Amino acid sequence: MTEFVKPSIEYFELWPLLVVFGAACLGVVVEAFLPRSVRYTAQVVLALGGLVLALVGVVLVGQDVPEYDDGAARGVLAVGGTIAVDGPSLFIWGLVLALAIAGVLLFAERQLDGGVSAFAGQAAAVPGTDAEAASIAANREHTEVYPLLMFAVFGMMLFPAANDLLTMFVGLEVLSLPLYLLSGLARRRRLLSQEAALKYFLLGAFSSGFFLYGAALVYGFAGSLDFASINEAVRNDVGSQSLLLIGTGLLSVGLLFKVGAVPFQAWTPDVYQGAPTPVTAFMAAGTKVAAFGAIMRLFYVALGADRWSWQPMLWIIAVLSMFVGAALAITQTDIKRLLAYSSVAHTGFILTGVLGLQASDQLAVGEISSVQAVLFYLATYGFATIGAFAVVSLVRDSGGETTAIDRWAGLGKESPVVAAVFAFFLLAMAGIPLTSGFVGKLAVFSVALAAGAWPVVVAAVLASIIAAFLYVRVIKVMYFDKPVGDGPSVAYPSVLTATTIAVGAAITLVLGVLPGPVLDLAAVAGEFIR
Amino acid sequence: MILTVLILLPLVGALVTAVVPAAVARLVGLGFAAATLVAGIVAATQYHVGDGMQLTETYTWIDSLGVHYALGVDGLGLLMVLLTVVLVPIVMLAGWHEADAPGNNGAKAFFAWTLGLEAMSLAVFTATDVLLFYVVFEATLIPAYFLIGGFGRAGRGRAATKFLIYQLAGGLIMLASVIGLYVVSADAGNPSFLISDLAALDIDETTQRWLFVGFFIAFAIKAPMFPVHTWLADTTEKATTGTSVLLVCILDKIGTFGMLRFCLGLLPDASQWATPVVIVLALISIIYGALVAIGQDDVLRLIGLTSLSHFGFIVLGIFVFSSNGSSGAILYMVNHGIATALMFLVAGFLIRRTGTASIREMGGVEKAAPVLAGFFLVGGLAAAGLPGLSPFVSEMLVIIAAFDHHWVVGSVAVLAIVLAAFYALWMYQRTMTGPDRVGAAPVVDLDRREVGILAPLLLALLLFGFYPMPLLDVINPFVHDSLASVGIGQEGGPQ
Repeated sequence: MTEFVKPSIEYFELWPLLVVFGAACLGVVVEAFLPRSVRYTAQVVLALGGLVLALVGVVLVGQDVPEYDDGAARGVLAVGGTIAVDGPSLFIWGLVLALAIAGVLLFAERQLDGGVSAFAGQAAAVPGTDAEAASIAANREHTEVYPLLMFAVFGMMLFPAANDLLTMFVGLEVLSLPLYLLSGLARRRRLLSQEAALKYFLLGAFSSGFFLYGAALVYGFAGSLDFASINEAVRNDVGSQSLLLIGTGLLSVGLLFKVGAVPFQAWTPDVYQGAPTPVTAFMAAGTKVAAFGAIMRLFYVALGADRWSWQPMLWIIAVLSMFVGAALAITQTDIKRLLAYSSVAHTGFILTGVLGLQASDQLAVGEISSVQAVLFYLATYGFATIGAFAVVSLVRDSGGETTAIDRWAGLGKESPVVAAVFAFFLLAMAGIPLTSGFVGKLAVFSVALAAGAWPVVVAAVLASIIAAFLYVRVIKVMYFDKPVGDGPSVAYPSVLTATTIAVGAAITLVLGVLPGPVLDLAAVAGEFIR
Repeated sequence: MILTVLILLPLVGALVTAVVPAAVARLVGLGFAAATLVAGIVAATQYHVGDGMQLTETYTWIDSLGVHYALGVDGLGLLMVLLTVVLVPIVMLAGWHEADAPGNNGAKAFFAWTLGLEAMSLAVFTATDVLLFYVVFEATLIPAYFLIGGFGRAGRGRAATKFLIYQLAGGLIMLASVIGLYVVSADAGNPSFLISDLAALDIDETTQRWLFVGFFIAFAIKAPMFPVHTWLADTTEKATTGTSVLLVCILDKIGTFGMLRFCLGLLPDASQWATPVVIVLALISIIYGALVAIGQDDVLRLIGLTSLSHFGFIVLGIFVFSSNGSSGAILYMVNHGIATALMFLVAGFLIRRTGTASIREMGGVEKAAPVLAGFFLVGGLAAAGLPGLSPFVSEMLVIIAAFDHHWVVGSVAVLAIVLAAFYALWMYQRTMTGPDRVGAAPVVDLDRREVGILAPLLLALLLFGFYPMPLLDVINPFVHDSLASVGIGQEGGPQ
């Protein structure tokens, strides 16, 4: 029995993480003690303040990360080696925080639905009962959503920075549980929302189980949960190969479920559709960023030496995700479901980038690395997605949001600006040049091709064609189709949603025209440390 | 700098036109198009024939990906630039009233999108960085999409979508090749997208072939060639004739331009490897395009399909690898632009008067509107390759080169002249001669404005028909360099 060693905590490096966690806990206290009338303001200010403070922390830490080990990467192993604060972690933290700020702005939007937020007045009131009617009449709203969002953000930051399987699992759960809850809180179409939450929870719980089982098996193989030791064990080929293989497979199930890769994509359309649109926006962008960070860390850091056993699996899953996502998206009649399936396709594209070369010694001079490409793609995808869902929340009729695509006909005439912005986001997702999506695709395709994964790249190109059809079709409906009945109407948003959309569009444009700085930032982020 | 100005002028013009009041939008738009025309002429005066790539500008754009903002023109690029800057103001004048017609999206949008398309097309013809080329190549599709979808006849939304999907598909396939080129250059130690860097690479045979396939599919869709031409007729049928001129006379040239610049320039061995297949496809395009055109009842579909035949000639000229063939092909690109623009615009004027595009429902126009009929006849004869009109020279050069290549190829290509005479004259006969349409008001002849719009095109056809030397002087040095890179001397045979 080894003696218990009290871990030292690197407060400076962990500042962003601690601030977010602190703000989340404080949010619970606010909820318990402040009167209902001031809670909204207090929660929004607290959440935004915490996120901004954390973002400042990321910048400060980022300027001051020491070189690690031999100098190929930079970073610090914190809390007894359980959290790796390295370049990729910091990049992802910054990205998640920026997306979370946009998320809070969308959560706080009250102007679209006549003075109340998009969340249920009283989640506990059964739909259709007097209790629900009473809560609506009293104009109630749940302000718990802000602390829930903050806990999710904390999870999203811990998840990709985790340096052992147990911490990663904790991150996974902390990120997931608040999202299950948030998905069920829609103000309108509550049954759909609750169904979505239940589905998400049940499937998510299963996938977490798989992850935990995988962690146990890998522990059986390596005798340790810590990534560096697992890597060492893989290199030295010590334990039973079958334990490692099965363990890797099970861990992958847990992670691929979170990013919505085929064949674990079944939850995405239902949850994206059922969840309140602000939650969908935040979840779609944030979860994918965090989970891909975790995927890269697990596969590159812990299992990098075992590349040849997981690579074929990722090849197949990437190709399947692209095709299934794009093909099923075409058949959708609901814009949120369509975007959900398109996110599945994007998962495939990002996985294409994961398949590339990741270590600096494998690259030719001036070539970009997989980590760089994937981080860049995540940035482009995150902002385009959150912006697109924010636009979806604007198009409404008397029953709330109109998500049926054919009801969007004539939007180009009804509201040229909204239609143009949405078309722009769609073009970015389709990867048209001069949008961020193009540079993202260029980056991930190049790294995959450089690594010799040309069959995946060819498949990705073909899938992109199918996906392009899907986005173009929506643009055609908006601009060239005759409106059905009265046509859609666009609610005038408050400055909160408007800011989110404007910033999302601006970033999508800038990353498309001048991607240099962010690509360089992703390059400076360098490699994972172990 | 002049090339950047050339691109920025219409781009700024597009934005300005989009925001000024609708009453002056057309004038502002035309003003910017005229300014661009002047800039194009200035660029041409600074160009020295035979000095290779000129007026170059190179700036680093995305450092970590080796992308440059690099522009330059050679003989081929210069002619395409001039064709573009000349045709755009003509299209604007011809569409002056049309875009405001009920059901269309308004002249303001039409002029703004047209200028946007001009800016992107000029960037395509001057880009000397493969990724920059790719970016603007794809960017042309957005204005084109809205031009097709926003103006024209019922069903244009569907036509616009079909157009965009075909083009995007081609573009994405090309993207794989573009990235492939980059990876090859990175493996060679100098990751770069500059054409000059890439041309210096020694790419192995198999890689070259795959890269060629990617580029060629994209350019074949663009050009268009059999069997990926099916978007063409639908688009020209539904779009306004002004849009069709922009698409067929300018945008489609990017296809053959790209074949010369990228397929031959960067992948010479693979281009020779693919020659037999490409020539067969070109011959099918020539014959099939003409045959299908004969069977059309819609004037605009018919004219669109004749272009399939003409692009077949251009591609044939490029891929027989001889100086006659290449010069003829490039000359053809210019002449086809002029002749087809004339055809489309006259047909547009005609359709506005008759209210139908169906050949069956027209007749007897000749008597009521002799000037209109005259222009229509000249356009048709130009398409049919009548001596004295400029397409004849280019067609002869290509056919001679085709006979040099192989007598079978030449004989098949010659057939197209007969077919072309047939579709052109038969269309004229059915629409212009014969009895008047029963119950219809007589067709009003072209007014002075319309004659003024068409006159420059007609003059160009005659001028270059009798005296093509100015064009050939610009073309020949380019052809010489281009064939040298493929490893073929001026005599026309492999060395």
